[in-house]
Amino acid sequence: MRNAAAFAVGIAAMALVVAGCDDMTSQKKQNPYASRATAPGDVPSGTVQYGEAPRPAPPLTMALLERGRTEYHVFCAPCHAETGDGHGMIVQRGFPAAPPLATAELMAAPPQRLYDVVTGGWGVMYGFAQRIAPDDRWAVVAYVRALQRSQHMMLADLTPRQRAAP
Amino acid sequence: MAAVFSPRANVIVTVVMLGAVGVVVGVCLWWFTWPRSDYVRHVGWAIQQPVPFSHQHHVAGLGIDCRFCHSSVERSAQASLPPTFTCMTCHSQIWTNAALLAEVRDSLSENRPIVWARVTDVPDYVYFNHSIHVSKGVGCESCHGDVARMPLTYKAKTLTMQFCLDCHRDPGPNLRPLANIYDTNWHPDPATPPPAELMRAYHIGGRNLTECAICHR
Repeated sequence: MRNAAAFAVGIAAMALVVAGCDDMTSQKKQNPYASRATAPGDVPSGTVQYGEAPRPAPPLTMALLERGRTEYHVFCAPCHAETGDGHGMIVQRGFPAAPPLATAELMAAPPQRLYDVVTGGWGVMYGFAQRIAPDDRWAVVAYVRALQRSQHMMLADLTPRQRAAP
Repeated sequence: MAAVFSPRANVIVTVVMLGAVGVVVGVCLWWFTWPRSDYVRHVGWAIQQPVPFSHQHHVAGLGIDCRFCHSSVERSAQASLPPTFTCMTCHSQIWTNAALLAEVRDSLSENRPIVWARVTDVPDYVYFNHSIHVSKGVGCESCHGDVARMPLTYKAKTLTMQFCLDCHRDPGPNLRPLANIYDTNWHPDPATPPPAELMRAYHIGGRNLTECAICHR
């Protein structure tokens, strides 16, 4: 009789232990941002709205231009095309044509204007504030400038060294 | 006195013992291979989504880069799923009446996120970080397969711990130049730097990549 009781207790203990088994694939972690109710709502003092913080342009370097080329390819080229002529693949599929980038008007536009368009959009173009980080937006502006110049470059504008380059 | 066992007993004992060994071996094999099978890991299963989004159309067909939608992949642990705003970047103007996109339009007008079904999931004790992988030469394709040729998205690799370790033990052969990270059908050509050179260029090899704490916290 005592043996039977001990046996039952042993089985119950083992069942408890097994019930604790879990491969921990899903864990109930704290994630306050998972719901609006638990997300921290206090805005620290001194915080300015994301889109309104002025962002000075970083220094123009080759790395910035190359970053700009990548970002332009990813976010702009679908509509503006790699050349900036405004006949990208999405335009070919029915999106209203984007204005060409290498026009006299846009070449004369201040860089801040181009930056603001990338940030907030223009016409039917949506803003890219959420997808392109501020420094990368400046990189895009720098690359657009290079793209514009490349299409209005005359042989006479090149230095002798550039002319000699293959 | 009659024999305790009849001659048939020899056969019965042999069959039972072989059967017992077979069952033990079979159970061990099943226990080891079943959780690793493509069936259990859902490899190749196209998953039901609220909108039947085609990567094949958008990426291979239109040439849209991965980062247009998965825009935080270079900066964050999560590659991130696009908000409805991203879909509407184009679909505010094209296919505006498509029945297929009703869910996207409703999501925008009702200010309610589209809840996509997760295709690739790792256990919660794995702290995978996208940004470090794409900045150190691991292409999307290495874990996600040729997504640009998937009409409906499915999981292409098992993503077992063995899968991760195969690369963490010897990353070189899985590295590619930065220009090719987002090409999901990339093959090395004669101009591709050899693995050892890529390892050096990405500064990989200074730390033991099979330390537990690399992936587990």
